[in-house]
Amino acid sequence: MPQLARTVEEAIAPITDGCVLLVARETAGVAMEATRALIRRGVNRLHLVACPTSTLQADLLVGAGCVETLETSAVSLGELGAAPRFAAAATAGAIRLLDATCPALHAGLQAAEKGVPFLPLRGLLGSDVLAQRPDWRVIDNPFGQDDPIVLVPAIKGDVALIHAPMADRDGNVWIGTNRELATMAHAAAKTVVTVERLHDGNLLDDPVLAAGTLPGFYVEAFAVAERGAWPLRLAGHYPADGEHLAEYASLAATADGFARYLERHVHARRAA
Amino acid sequence: MPGAPPEPPREFRDEELLADVIVRLIGDARHVAVGNASPIPATAALTARALGNGRPYVSLLGSVRHTFFTDGGSELFDCAGQGRVDVFFLSGGQIDGEANINLVSVGDYRRPKARFPGSFGSSYLYYVVPRVILFRTEHSRRSLVEKVDFVSAPGTSPPGVFRTGGPVALVTNRCLFAFDRARRRFSLASVHPGHTVEEVVETTGFRFDRPDHVPVTAAPSARTLQVMREVVAPELSEVYPQFAAAVFGIERQRAG
Repeated sequence: MPQLARTVEEAIAPITDGCVLLVARETAGVAMEATRALIRRGVNRLHLVACPTSTLQADLLVGAGCVETLETSAVSLGELGAAPRFAAAATAGAIRLLDATCPALHAGLQAAEKGVPFLPLRGLLGSDVLAQRPDWRVIDNPFGQDDPIVLVPAIKGDVALIHAPMADRDGNVWIGTNRELATMAHAAAKTVVTVERLHDGNLLDDPVLAAGTLPGFYVEAFAVAERGAWPLRLAGHYPADGEHLAEYASLAATADGFARYLERHVHARRAA
Repeated sequence: MPGAPPEPPREFRDEELLADVIVRLIGDARHVAVGNASPIPATAALTARALGNGRPYVSLLGSVRHTFFTDGGSELFDCAGQGRVDVFFLSGGQIDGEANINLVSVGDYRRPKARFPGSFGSSYLYYVVPRVILFRTEHSRRSLVEKVDFVSAPGTSPPGVFRTGGPVALVTNRCLFAFDRARRRFSLASVHPGHTVEEVVETTGFRFDRPDHVPVTAAPSARTLQVMREVVAPELSEVYPQFAAAVFGIERQRAG
């Protein structure tokens, strides 16, 4: 049964050191309050999988030293440009990087949710993305002739971490059209969710809501975190906090500035 | 002081000119998709849609309002894999003369001198979208190079590689290049007002063809500018609030 945790800190307990952690792209619902709680707890050696890209969340986790391996198609701050701590870690060789391309990460997650070892994917042939991924394979299409095609192995997560507008007390989570959140949950052994609010009643009782609902069956723990995606946006609920993100981009340009950001906005918030 | 008469004041911004160039490149299409961090291509796609009374369909990645996708982040790629995306936009920290693009790093991959965000969907979409428009506002020898340091996606592929798509053009802040896939080479198609062929040669790190006479890029029409400013600019602010504010003076919206 999904556990309704009293606090975000309690909800993130399944995310242990060294685990394979699946996180969502910015527009789908990023659990930023939970991410700050993870940094405060000092999580480390994460194998972080961005599904399929990340922004502030990956930059914070990498900058705070929580990440050993990062699998992603891209990390940037969007309109604010490069993700400074990600770029610094990459140039210093401080993290193990598994560069991918968006549909390869989707394919890997879909393979995992189907319980099959791999899925084939077009494109990639002749690229250095493929050349740098010895864990990916090229085979000749067994249904065709002289048709090389890439196989991407299943990406099995230990935990998927997402933020969503609402959940009911049974742990059913409304994700709307962000279907990749369901794919991530299917592909992970456990799913941890933060939500803006609790929904009275059961989301699966209403066919309109049920169509956009991740069943509690997949959910390990969930907690209410109002404005839990801040400073990122939650589509349909609140916009990104542009001023805060600009402050981040400016501070995180240096290691010292990043440390000041953590002190001010990650560690200090617990006391606040 | 004697000399050339001053140029008449321009009635459009650089961003509007570039978006207009892209509108023309989009031409007739059923579905135009726009990826991350592409405010000018997004402006162009939405302008094409407004001018075409709803055609093409436009899918802006990162948008809730300007996309019809209901199947999550993979729907764009599934659509493209079936040939249901006609036009897409790609860029690169480096782009070379064979239209190879690099969105990953400069120098050795394991210990790079500079690291870019990553390949996004390029390593797939470049192969399966029939008309990919390359777009780079920094036209310099640093960005337009002879050979990229890392191939996020190759401009062309040898026979035997499944490939239904690829580059058709490269738009920069100085000019428009057309790409010839058979010859694996760019040719200079037009130079934007206020720029010269000599300057393009000087600031381009790769070799390219150029006809004896290179036209000046046409200015956007009054109708296009009106649509961009009045219809498209407010639509852009959902995904590109800073760009919409800086270029079109659109206030930040309050709702997510």
